[in-house]
Amino acid sequence: MPVFWQGMLVNLQLLLGLLSIGLAIGILVAIIEVYAPRPLAAVASGYEWFFRGIPEIVLLFLFYFGLTRAGWAVSPFMAAVLALGARSSAYQSQIFRGALSSIPAGQMMAARSLGMGRVAAIGRIILPQALRLSIPPWSNEFSAVLKDTTLAYSIGVVDVLRQARYMSVRTPAVSLTAFIVVALMFLVLTYAGNWMLGLLEARVRVPGLEGRARREMRFSWSRMWRRVRWRRF
Amino acid sequence: MAPLLRTEDVHKRYGKEEVLRGVSMCLEPGETKVIIGPSGTGKSTLLRCINRLTEPDRGRIWLEEQEVTARKASINRLRADIGFVFQDFNLFTHLTSLENVRLGPLRVRRLGRPQANRTALEALAQVGLSDKTKSYPAELSGGQQQRVAIARALAMHPKLILFDEPTSALDPELIGEVLEVMVRLAKSGMTMLVVSHEMGFARSVADEIIFMEHGVIVEQGPPSRMFKAPTQARTGEFLRKISELYGEAD
Repeated sequence: MPVFWQGMLVNLQLLLGLLSIGLAIGILVAIIEVYAPRPLAAVASGYEWFFRGIPEIVLLFLFYFGLTRAGWAVSPFMAAVLALGARSSAYQSQIFRGALSSIPAGQMMAARSLGMGRVAAIGRIILPQALRLSIPPWSNEFSAVLKDTTLAYSIGVVDVLRQARYMSVRTPAVSLTAFIVVALMFLVLTYAGNWMLGLLEARVRVPGLEGRARREMRFSWSRMWRRVRWRRF
Repeated sequence: MAPLLRTEDVHKRYGKEEVLRGVSMCLEPGETKVIIGPSGTGKSTLLRCINRLTEPDRGRIWLEEQEVTARKASINRLRADIGFVFQDFNLFTHLTSLENVRLGPLRVRRLGRPQANRTALEALAQVGLSDKTKSYPAELSGGQQQRVAIARALAMHPKLILFDEPTSALDPELIGEVLEVMVRLAKSGMTMLVVSHEMGFARSVADEIIFMEHGVIVEQGPPSRMFKAPTQARTGEFLRKISELYGEAD
């Protein structure tokens, strides 16, 4: 069992790394797409298109071998963080772009009319609102990338999946059990992550700025029970 | 003494449409002028040009001795001195009333937090909303939101305030509380330039009424004369029509 935790710790580190990169670059790309002059915005759109258009597993190989070829002796872990981070930043930028453009133009105008600069207005007025609206779709992305960390397996990162694989090779009798354990761990983590994001959303909620209802995405025992009963009769 | 605000031959076009076709006017300190006119004649555009939320194509604008339209004008500093009240309030949705009003003094004027707080509370008291400091915009009525927006402008201690149809988005029963605040402001000596169809307000507090149509000023003068004996036929026609509409027949 400890090997599973050890492996999952690697997945969580991957997750933390790729989410930080994805968040930082995603917000930046979104701001550029919405507020920067056209040539710059086009570059940002190109970035988004590029990293959304290539299968993640291909990106992993491209980063790993590409960076090595470029002379950076990159570890599989680092290559995975960068590749998955770049991919996630492209998807996250879509989320933030949508949220940014949904903030009414009057907010920016009011901020400017007080004598605030553009950057200050974005930082103090637009972003705080856009980020609140982004939490529900962002939890979607969170759930996706949490599971995508297992793709790092393909370039040799010793993550939870590889640990399970080692175990099944060593003791073929427990193969299925090993993968079931991995599956359960991800189920629990997905639930926990979304639960925490739900708390965060409630914590920063402001009247008039509620995000779309996120209930559909979350698992609920009571709803499950209602459905089951419905089927029975 | 130089006027507080002066515009000279301001032009603005959107595509083919010439919205402003040379508007020159001025505003003395403490004066209130009300701009009236049919919709689509550039009244709001003129207001926006004055603090360059919209860039005028041609013409010049001065705030006291400083030219707003100068290429090297520090526009943010000038805007801080020009309050702007929007038709649809545009309060910052994620901030409480107090935070909305305090933002300018704190982040633009860079007063310390205690002083910014004091300034904001004073401004909220001026619009009669001392009890709503912790409310978010969505928790306030339209009239209250607009009063917070006026407080937000006041807290900057501006040299003048521009009002862009401040009551047009309000339900009829909420207009009164906003006008009341504006009347008080005008009487306290605030310099105000107001785009509005509120003839009662214009009549009682405006030093001068400016009638605009098709991007130019057709006529301007004190309300008594404008209502009784306009020199331009169009002015009289418009005033009659609007008075009928708003039940202000005289």
